[in-house]
Amino acid sequence: MAQVSVRKIVKAYEGNVQAVKGIDLEIADHEFVVLVGPSGCGKSTTLRMIAGLEEITSGEIAIGGTVVNDIPPRDRDIAMVFQNYALYPHMSVYENMAFGLTLRKFPKDEIARRVNNAARILDIEPLLERKPKALSGGQRQRVAMGRAIVRDPKVFLFDEPLSNLDAKLRVQMRTEIKKVHQTVRTTTVYVTHDQVEAMTLADRVVVMNHGIIEQVGPPQELYHHPKTRFVAGFIGSPAMNFFPARVENASGALRVLLPNDIVLPVPAERTARYQGAVGREVLFGIRPEHLTEVKNLDRDNISVFEVTPEVIEPMGMETLVHFWMQGAEICARIDPTTPAEPGRPMQLAADLNHMHLIDAESGRVL
Amino acid sequence: MSTTAATESTAPLPMYHAAGSIKRERRWALIGAYVALAVFVIFFMFPPFHMLITSLKSSAEIADLNGNPWIVSAPTLQNYRELLTEGNYVIHFRNSIIVTLTVVAITMVISTLAAFALARMRFWGSAALATGVFLTYLVPETLLFIPLFQIIGGLGLYNNLGAMILIYPTLTVPFCTWIMIGYFSSIPKELDEAALIDGANHLQMLWKIFIPVALPGILAATIFAFTVSWAQFLYPMAFLVSSDQMVLTVGIVSDLIRGDTFQWGKIMAGALMAAAPPLLVYAFLMDYYIAGLTAGATKG
Repeated sequence: MAQVSVRKIVKAYEGNVQAVKGIDLEIADHEFVVLVGPSGCGKSTTLRMIAGLEEITSGEIAIGGTVVNDIPPRDRDIAMVFQNYALYPHMSVYENMAFGLTLRKFPKDEIARRVNNAARILDIEPLLERKPKALSGGQRQRVAMGRAIVRDPKVFLFDEPLSNLDAKLRVQMRTEIKKVHQTVRTTTVYVTHDQVEAMTLADRVVVMNHGIIEQVGPPQELYHHPKTRFVAGFIGSPAMNFFPARVENASGALRVLLPNDIVLPVPAERTARYQGAVGREVLFGIRPEHLTEVKNLDRDNISVFEVTPEVIEPMGMETLVHFWMQGAEICARIDPTTPAEPGRPMQLAADLNHMHLIDAESGRVL
Repeated sequence: MSTTAATESTAPLPMYHAAGSIKRERRWALIGAYVALAVFVIFFMFPPFHMLITSLKSSAEIADLNGNPWIVSAPTLQNYRELLTEGNYVIHFRNSIIVTLTVVAITMVISTLAAFALARMRFWGSAALATGVFLTYLVPETLLFIPLFQIIGGLGLYNNLGAMILIYPTLTVPFCTWIMIGYFSSIPKELDEAALIDGANHLQMLWKIFIPVALPGILAATIFAFTVSWAQFLYPMAFLVSSDQMVLTVGIVSDLIRGDTFQWGKIMAGALMAAAPPLLVYAFLMDYYIAGLTAGATKG
């Protein structure tokens, strides 16, 4: 087990295209860190550089205190689980899992002990004699994880391991991965483009975009206190709503002017924080769950306004109400018992205790 | 077109044939396929059949102008017996086997490594090199044998069986490399990467993971190398003159044709026996040549 240090690493391809633009990241021992971001944000490249499958253009990676820039993958003491599983098709499940140990000349009984132990953890004991082609997708993914576990490496690397599974199995395997990590406690770096996976699995989430790190933090912190517009929009499903807005000073109290002549008062405790935004173009951000049916009006900082829903999506435990405001699609989350109909105006309440203001120019959350 | 017709006519056009037509169409397709295959088989089985019939005839029966070329009246194994007991036929057979097996071995070692490097290891000029490999295959041997003659002569290998082992790979290596580059590229890169992370060095990865997975492609290349080496005619014809150095292809025509005397019975028997090894190789390797050997490696 070990910590992983990524210091100012850059990956440039031919033609000076930079996939990773000098990122810094410290991953503690036993920590589960998820790199998340859209395609092409550099998350997989970063993982592959940690694995040693991709050369580092500049910067430094250390695993367990040792700089590994020039150490081949086999000597880095890492294990990796690939998106397409990469099981050896000519070997049985047992042989697949034992391969790394055989190469490292472990005694036979030790190999058997470790493989059987991993098979028990992953519940694949009856499959040990089968070839990969006789396994389902979920079983193959378990074997791929088993191959990593038996090695007892310093670091686990996961490269979008659940992307090839169907939705139901993905949720099930997600829990499985978390359970395995809680059992073996190996330092883990996990790459995904699915923010739900990132939120549910990670001790800390690293949000990447265009080769840089936008924000690093525990899932709850990213959700409630995003630092940039990108993080605010990327984390959370349905995504945060953004309205073009302006901040006005009305005799000491601030208020936000939204399209359709909606005026929202800024909570008094945020007045100092948003003072600098007065008169500037900003984005007003609010999550769907903070745009709800009108209730509990006795709480502070609740503003009520009227909208005309265009699409209603009943999800069972909640109902999503979509409406458009000056070209922007806005989503609100209401209680399923609240009546809502497309085309019939209804009142919604915005909980301004959870509002965000974003500088339109820099994209920073104010 | 049909939409225009449909909008112009008042009655709707039938979009599908009557029920059951799929079954009928399938039957007709099958009948067509069988007829075509039968014609094909008859056409291509004529020469071997003629060879077999002729090889079983005595010289007198072959020379008999009144006889039917498709029927043998007094079958005899005399041609086979004489070939195997007299003359250099057995030596030619042995020479062919030595040359072919050595050439196949050399070819597969070079081509597999070359194809792996060109398909997998990105290095400067690898794409140009891959194309270059194929271009060398396009130069016809009829052009090459003249300069090669000088080289072989310079090396003192004229009329030496060993020269064939040196020359044949110039035909087999480029093509085998080319077809294996294609096959190797279809194998998921993650398999090699998984092996490297599991602790394999490049050679172990190649030997324990890559080659077993790439076996169907490698076997296809092996079959090709075997066929080309076994059937090569021009180079041995040009570079080998004494009977004891010859391989089957030239041995048969040079030893069994004397001036304008053709020993047809022996030529046919010799050719028929010479055709056996490639058949055996095909039959044997085809069992292992199972497409989809990589099934299960990845999502697939």
